Amino acid sequence: MTQATKYETVIGLEVHVELHTKSKIFCGCSTAFGAPPNTHTCPVCLGHPGVLPVLNRQAVEYAMKAAMALNCDIASISKFDRKNYFYPDSPKAYQISQYDQPVGLNGWIDIEVNGETKRIGITRLHLEEDAGKLTHVDGGYASLVDLNRVGTPLVEIVSEPDIRTPEEAKAYLEKLKAIMQYCEVSDVKMEEGSLRCDANISIRPWGQEQFGTRTELKNMNSFRGVQRGLEYEQWRQAEVLDGGGAVVQETLRWDDAAGRTISMRGKEEAHDYRYFPDPDLVQVHIDDEWKARVRDSIPELPDARKARYTSELGLPAYDAGVITSSKKLADFFEESLNYTKDAKAVSNWIMGDLLGYLNANGLEVESVKITGQGLGEMIGLLEQGTISSKIAKTVFKEMLESGKRPQQIVEEQGLVQISDEGAIQAVVDQIVTNNPQSVEDYKAGKEKAIGFLVGQVMRETKGKANPALVNKLLMERLNR
Amino acid sequence: MTITIKDVEHVANLARLELSAKEKEVFTGQLNAILKYAEKLNELDTTDVQPTSHVLPITNVMREDAKRPSWPVEQVMKNAPDEEDGQFRVPAVLE
Repeated sequence: MTQATKYETVIGLEVHVELHTKSKIFCGCSTAFGAPPNTHTCPVCLGHPGVLPVLNRQAVEYAMKAAMALNCDIASISKFDRKNYFYPDSPKAYQISQYDQPVGLNGWIDIEVNGETKRIGITRLHLEEDAGKLTHVDGGYASLVDLNRVGTPLVEIVSEPDIRTPEEAKAYLEKLKAIMQYCEVSDVKMEEGSLRCDANISIRPWGQEQFGTRTELKNMNSFRGVQRGLEYEQWRQAEVLDGGGAVVQETLRWDDAAGRTISMRGKEEAHDYRYFPDPDLVQVHIDDEWKARVRDSIPELPDARKARYTSELGLPAYDAGVITSSKKLADFFEESLNYTKDAKAVSNWIMGDLLGYLNANGLEVESVKITGQGLGEMIGLLEQGTISSKIAKTVFKEMLESGKRPQQIVEEQGLVQISDEGAIQAVVDQIVTNNPQSVEDYKAGKEKAIGFLVGQVMRETKGKANPALVNKLLMERLNR
Repeated sequence: MTITIKDVEHVANLARLELSAKEKEVFTGQLNAILKYAEKLNELDTTDVQPTSHVLPITNVMREDAKRPSWPVEQVMKNAPDEEDGQFRVPAVLE
């Protein structure tokens, strides 16, 4: 019996998303990423004595917006609590977080794995401040502390233990990322740490109701890393159980390079954060009017867009899913449709040439120069017969690199399709005259010879001849 | 509820305090006295009273999302017992 048939995996994810406010949650310091160490700090975020935090309204609204987009109930009364712990990344020796009155409760999102939709519950979404960054130096004897990130607003999103496979975990993260992106509350860049994920994972024999002992996985720095870390850990736990042992409840660090999890000793003692209400921050009362105003600011979310693309535009579900997985890509798609009616053609160019190019070069759609308008106009030129599909490939590549309008590229490079019968007829006559052998072959029944002759005509016209016309004129000439 | 020496040791450990045996005994007595005093509140019927997190009668104190100047890093470092390249230098902490 394999492990997969023997054990069921149970996974819950804790995701931290940095909200992209201009200033920190409790002071006016900038939240910009990548500044020199400690240049975005002030007495409030440094935790100097006697200072008072003042809540950033935008951070609350972003948290509400995110919670609403995740189908949470929004609290009418929310408050902040102190989570007490000593660690050099937290100068106050407590983190301002939310304990029992978070902004959002009881939400859900739908994910799709292997063509099936599954609903994953969201226990809660709360607002808190980020901690600083430690760099270990001197062979592990000392650490350097950069407090720029302290006080960056975060939402922590805790899922129910509804996730059953590492693949589902990855799908959940991708959906969560897309929703945050659509809501425009965060940059959600995992490589810059604006989206971070911890996972709780346990296994149990199939049919057993009680959860197994869980471990907590940290330091998974990419979606792929999350999936790999969870795959490793479900295998490791099964090995422990199969060997007659018991899983120890502990925190593990995923080592992506080594491809294994490592126990984080010293964190095993039970946490005792002694939460209590922060007396420096008064309650936040969220009335219906405020909720309605924030709710109105939520744009169409990925699932709704996907449904619209399939029902109204007739896209295949797979294409619609891929295009709506990124807001930038979906916006690009829709921009194109302002310039052509052919949604399927736009989708084909995106799914094929655009994503092929982006994936091959590790790029995002916002980092290449082509615009939705450019693609839409190019498809328009194709529809009008101004360019052939072969030329379109050239134009597309040029648009990716220069961002020029397709009309301009066509004019500059003289790529306009030749649809003038007389001009093509002249070339056809010339090619037929110069290639008597191929003409003989064709007449002898070798159909393939026609391909060679078409190729010669295209070569002579530098690919600009209208292929349909070339075919027609050539056939007429040969069958004369 | 009664505080034992064990509770005092636990809280002291969380607060990174080193207490002598004598201090532990003193604080155990003091903490118990404080709890006993607060216990008087249990005599009141609070069935219909919402738990109070704040005593101030104000809510929704917020600021607009506007950046303000941070401190120069030299000033930030003035209180640092040890620094390196504009960062606080601390003994290594096990991850």
